[in-house]
Amino acid sequence: TPVKGPDGNFRLPPKIFDSMDRTKVGLKGPLATPIGKGHQSLNLALRKAFNLYANVRPCKSIEGYKTPYNDVDLVTIRENTEGEYSGIEHVIVDGVVQSIKKITEEASMRVAEYAFAYARDNNRDTVTAVHKANIMKMTDGLFLKCCRHVAEQNKDIKFKEMYLDTVCLNMVQDPTQFDVLVMPNLYGDILSDLCAGLIGGLGVTPSGNIGQDGAIFESVHGTAPDIAGEDKANPTALLLSAVMMLRYMGLSPYAQRIEMACFDVIREGRVLTGDLGGSSKCSEFTEEICRKVRESE
Amino acid sequence: MAFRRALKRLLQEIPNQGSRCYSTEARQMVTMIPGDGIGPEISQSVKDIFSAAGAPVDWEDVDVTPVKGPDGNFRLPPKIFDSMDRTKVGLKGPLATPIGKGHQSLNLALRKAFNLYANVRPCKSIEGYKTPYNDVDLVTIRENTEGEYSGIEHVIVDGVVQSIKKITEEASMRVAEYAFAYARDNNRDTVTAVHKANIMKMTDGLFLKCCRHVAEQNKDIKFKEMYLDTVCLNMVQDPTQFDVLVMPNLYGDILSDLCAGLIGGLGVTPSGNIGQDGAIFESVHGTAPDIAGEDKANPTALLLSAVMMLRYMGLSPYAQRIEMACFDVIREGRVLTGDLGGSSKCSEFTEEICRKVRESE
Repeated sequence: TPVKGPDGNFRLPPKIFDSMDRTKVGLKGPLATPIGKGHQSLNLALRKAFNLYANVRPCKSIEGYKTPYNDVDLVTIRENTEGEYSGIEHVIVDGVVQSIKKITEEASMRVAEYAFAYARDNNRDTVTAVHKANIMKMTDGLFLKCCRHVAEQNKDIKFKEMYLDTVCLNMVQDPTQFDVLVMPNLYGDILSDLCAGLIGGLGVTPSGNIGQDGAIFESVHGTAPDIAGEDKANPTALLLSAVMMLRYMGLSPYAQRIEMACFDVIREGRVLTGDLGGSSKCSEFTEEICRKVRESE
Repeated sequence: MAFRRALKRLLQEIPNQGSRCYSTEARQMVTMIPGDGIGPEISQSVKDIFSAAGAPVDWEDVDVTPVKGPDGNFRLPPKIFDSMDRTKVGLKGPLATPIGKGHQSLNLALRKAFNLYANVRPCKSIEGYKTPYNDVDLVTIRENTEGEYSGIEHVIVDGVVQSIKKITEEASMRVAEYAFAYARDNNRDTVTAVHKANIMKMTDGLFLKCCRHVAEQNKDIKFKEMYLDTVCLNMVQDPTQFDVLVMPNLYGDILSDLCAGLIGGLGVTPSGNIGQDGAIFESVHGTAPDIAGEDKANPTALLLSAVMMLRYMGLSPYAQRIEMACFDVIREGRVLTGDLGGSSKCSEFTEEICRKVRESE
């Protein structure tokens, strides 16, 4: 919660930065959008403080949670520091405005290298660069060039390139053709939400922000004020984000057990929260997962 | 300023009905660009079906293969501009991507020559052509002249490049006005502006402001606003919640293809480019060189684009009959081209539609 500084402006409390400085790993739940001026966006501040440059969302179909798609198993990796979200805008003359999309070799190389490393570490087959370099020849062209360069140095991983519009067209017809996707900021914003929709929405989708100086994993759904405090919430998104975190921390066996327990409970369908189609409480759903985790020891 | 705008809008409403106020039996000339690959076959299908319907349309075929000018550069043949100048309406099949330098992009040249500012794609689920979604019935309206596709890019220093997204009040107002007029003319309920004004406060902010302004002047149509990422998230979970969507260039590029995917892909999706000085309707699939000339092509996308064209020209009754015949044939499932899951030839599929069109007289 923002605190008022000596200058009267609201700032994030220093303890968040102190803590992350020490732990280097964070897990974050949903934050309410604050009303009122002078509030520093927490996401932006954290991203800058820890150089969180890659937003990673694994999207995997969840058995027992039906969507129009089965067997989705892809990962979107979004460059998270520049591109269309550089925040540089100008009024040229009255009625004419422009915004700047900035692409650098440094950021593009960095996220491309992360994508290939991620693919290798997670036994993924193919990395696809998503772009519009036919239209944005310099910016997306540079991004693509960097991806190609990194692909050359990682020949054990397959590399493809695809136009963003073609990806979207194909994604809704057959998402199983996709594996790891890497792309600049805006495209990643769109595609990561599109893919979350394919597997059932933000309530079940994990997310991780990887930085040079740390990582923060988070659920990306809202705060659901209408059911807050009523033991009705679905912890799946935050739990799967925590599972991503465990893998990042080198604790894969725990990640595996917890993830499997979670998926088993959803597949069995006996104890499900309201949004998953059941009528159990959050605590009951949680306890069921705990039970399975203990059993799997 | 407001008076000029209102007057301009009044005058522009007339072209929506056909710039010459002919009765439905007076014939109108349309520029036809058959295109490459399967283009000629599917264009012929459209002509045959129009004939069967008795549509008062005459075709002026134009070949747009680039010609070498005196300066050695390849240019589009002047006759395409001559023809469109006269007819003001065009129907275009797929064009092959040319290899070699000096070629002027036809799409770009046409867009500039006729100020084609709005790209319109109605996406409606087709009974008999199964996709993961049913009951999709939405329209994407994409601003097609500026935004992220302004083509202005620079190298700042080595390893740092930028590209400029330009948004103007003029273009935003124009496409917003078109979106509401389209909604009214086509009995649509709601126009939703799709944007990222939370991030791009000035550019998308201006676009949104213009949409809101036009919404105020069109209170008979509902107006909503939604972030692009939220639209995508919701679109793949429940596309039936969407009606008419209006948005800047890049978002339109993405969403129009996404929505085409929902109903079965580019092979069945119509598309229209509306301008101040004319309109061009086109199929947006490829030339399919592997089946070109083999009587295997599916003319649905081009046909449905031609149906859009008939409505634009004020020939709705013909549009209705042809569209219904096409949908009936697909629903009945007896005569379908390969991509639709059948084994009929293009000519057989075409003839079946012609038959139904004649029956519906």
